[in-house]
Amino acid sequence: MTIMKPIREVGILGHGAYVPRFRLPAREISRVWSGDNEETPIEEKSVPGMDEDTVTMSIEAARNALRRADIAPFDLRAVWVGSESHPYAVKPTSSIVAEAIGVGPNTQAADWEFACKAGTEAMQAAIALVGSEMARYAMAIGMDTAQGRPGDALEYTAGAGGAAFVLGPAEEGIAVLEGSYSFVTDTPDFWRRPMQHYPQHGGRFTGEPAYFRHSLAAAQYLMESLGYTAQDFDWAVLHQPNMRFPTRAAAELGFSQEQIAPGLLVNKIGNTYAGSSMIGLSAILDIAQPGQRVLQVSFGSGAGSDAFSWVMTGRIQERRNLAPKTQDYIARRQEIDYATYARYRGKIQMH
Amino acid sequence: MRDVSIIGIGQTPVGEHWDRSLRDLGAEAMLAAMENAHLERPEALYVGNMLSGQLSHQENLGALLADYAGLRGIEAVKVEASCASGAAAFRMGYMAVAGGMHDMVLVCGAEKMTDTLGERTTSALVAAADATYEGEQGVSFVALNALLMQRYMYEFGYKREDFGGFAINAHHNAVHNPYAMFPKEISAKAFARAKMIAEPVSLLDSSGIGDGAAAVVLAPTEFALRHGLPAVRVAGSAVATDAVAIHDRDDPLFLMAAYLSSQRAYAQAGVGPGSLDFFELHDAFTIMAALSLEACGFAERGQGVRLAMEDEISLSGKIPICTMGGLKARGHPVGATGMYQIVEATLQLLGIAGENQLPDCRVGMTQNIGGSGANIITHILERVTPLSGGIEWS
Repeated sequence: MTIMKPIREVGILGHGAYVPRFRLPAREISRVWSGDNEETPIEEKSVPGMDEDTVTMSIEAARNALRRADIAPFDLRAVWVGSESHPYAVKPTSSIVAEAIGVGPNTQAADWEFACKAGTEAMQAAIALVGSEMARYAMAIGMDTAQGRPGDALEYTAGAGGAAFVLGPAEEGIAVLEGSYSFVTDTPDFWRRPMQHYPQHGGRFTGEPAYFRHSLAAAQYLMESLGYTAQDFDWAVLHQPNMRFPTRAAAELGFSQEQIAPGLLVNKIGNTYAGSSMIGLSAILDIAQPGQRVLQVSFGSGAGSDAFSWVMTGRIQERRNLAPKTQDYIARRQEIDYATYARYRGKIQMH
Repeated sequence: MRDVSIIGIGQTPVGEHWDRSLRDLGAEAMLAAMENAHLERPEALYVGNMLSGQLSHQENLGALLADYAGLRGIEAVKVEASCASGAAAFRMGYMAVAGGMHDMVLVCGAEKMTDTLGERTTSALVAAADATYEGEQGVSFVALNALLMQRYMYEFGYKREDFGGFAINAHHNAVHNPYAMFPKEISAKAFARAKMIAEPVSLLDSSGIGDGAAAVVLAPTEFALRHGLPAVRVAGSAVATDAVAIHDRDDPLFLMAAYLSSQRAYAQAGVGPGSLDFFELHDAFTIMAALSLEACGFAERGQGVRLAMEDEISLSGKIPICTMGGLKARGHPVGATGMYQIVEATLQLLGIAGENQLPDCRVGMTQNIGGSGANIITHILERVTPLSGGIEWS
């Protein structure tokens, strides 16, 4: 089995991030649930405001991406949003976002779901749409307002945010795709039934048999097929459900802590689920230099990983300043307490 | 009554075997023991297991494992004494051969505990305690041991950190056991900082949850001698019970069942604590290790912890314990543990324990505790020297 390359060379023309301003420190969660100052998996997570959801957040990220891509919105032939928190079970997030940013009616606009890799599945499809010359430009978005069950370990890390990418011809891009590869098995490590508000997970089973197995397999296969080792890359970004998993996986692949640092955002904003590796990639695009190479590896429960190798072009320096950077969103911070978070996230029983 | 020996052993690594089932693990250990003993087909199988019904929805384990290991038709039953199920199955196998019912018996302890979420597994383990008077009152198994540790610390004036030697010794020994679940050293600092589960019991006081299976073949000692087989004889075998609920015991800080069964085993074997080369005790929690040492005569009441503090429990100490990692670091797949202890004791006595080999090892004791002390099963095993057929005691 070979890795995937489109017929026409494809690149990222513009990227855009979004993170809500509210932040809940992990020590607040610990204060309410475990009473002691125990070790928390991250420092703090982002919390969407009462008037925010995956739609509103995707629109802002998409606008940022369009500013950088500098194309007319109506030239986009697809707007695809991947998320675990689509506001509707039936009625696409993608069509609302598309129309809000001036795309359509000549467009695709389905929603994508594959837990935390819904956004990168959309990215693979957007690459294919452009790469087959069915479209000149397509947009892929990974965005989530993850809900953490109160008192569960995952409450510490279920955050909100994500990123949007405009894909188009490589010659117009700020980064060019060298190849991609996806690795998927039926592994039920984490799931949510339609009527459930919160997901369930398999505890320790989410580690070795899920996150590590798929992330490492996808990354290793892509790297080997392209003839690369970790030293051939300048940066790497992995799916970030917490600090421990991506740090350990990166080390196993041979990456240094410095190589993953700019893309490792989970400590300050939490796990943005479908937005996770995507917003990490946008943070790297904000600082990467022409000619540098980035490895991006997502992981979605259920389970699978998508791996991509991107090389920066000369266009990146002029384009990246055309919209707010990822770190600008992270720096825009307003601390809230557990009570406010419970109210904003609709966890208080009103009826 | 015939003299009985272990003539073959087998074990699987202890770990989170996501891709292995209970029957698969059991069969692996069973077939390894049979091969080790050059045995085609035992006459009977005794399976030690505690949680198959609750966690794998599977009873009838005797028949199931017999069939799965290619032994359809033989006599086979599951034996249960909660966390002492492994030793209980061994005792049944021993009695079958000693009593002349069978010549070749296979005993296997097998447990699968990691396919269910932590909460569920923890709740299933409460079945080892008194379900009505302890379990339903909301006490978890860790909490019961925490009550014992707390009282012990109060009565005898110890700090939490004083118990660290038990865990540190266990982990140190596990480093050279290829079957151990946690083959890594831990430091005194790490022990002091360990996260509390139920105060004062921390993560590093408690043995972890794991899957695994261990098995042995039993035969008359005379058979082993006749065929020149490496063998370890059962010099002592005893079971004693106590009140299941801690609050019903005369003295919660004295493991009466450990005392009674060890005394009986000592008498059968004609030995005392001073003649033992090692003691594979049941360190499910550090407090249990301390209480076991006291009840079996290695320390006065309240002084068991001192043996750990003074490093007398290490491989070079006065009474080496957990020589291959114990429950803490080799792992504690509950119903299988008793059989792991016996397999490890056999390795020591046959001189094939590798890096952890105790020099000139002749006689050792294994002790498996069911619940918080309700059912305690002690065995004394002795190397068989073909020339003399037994050991002279000084």
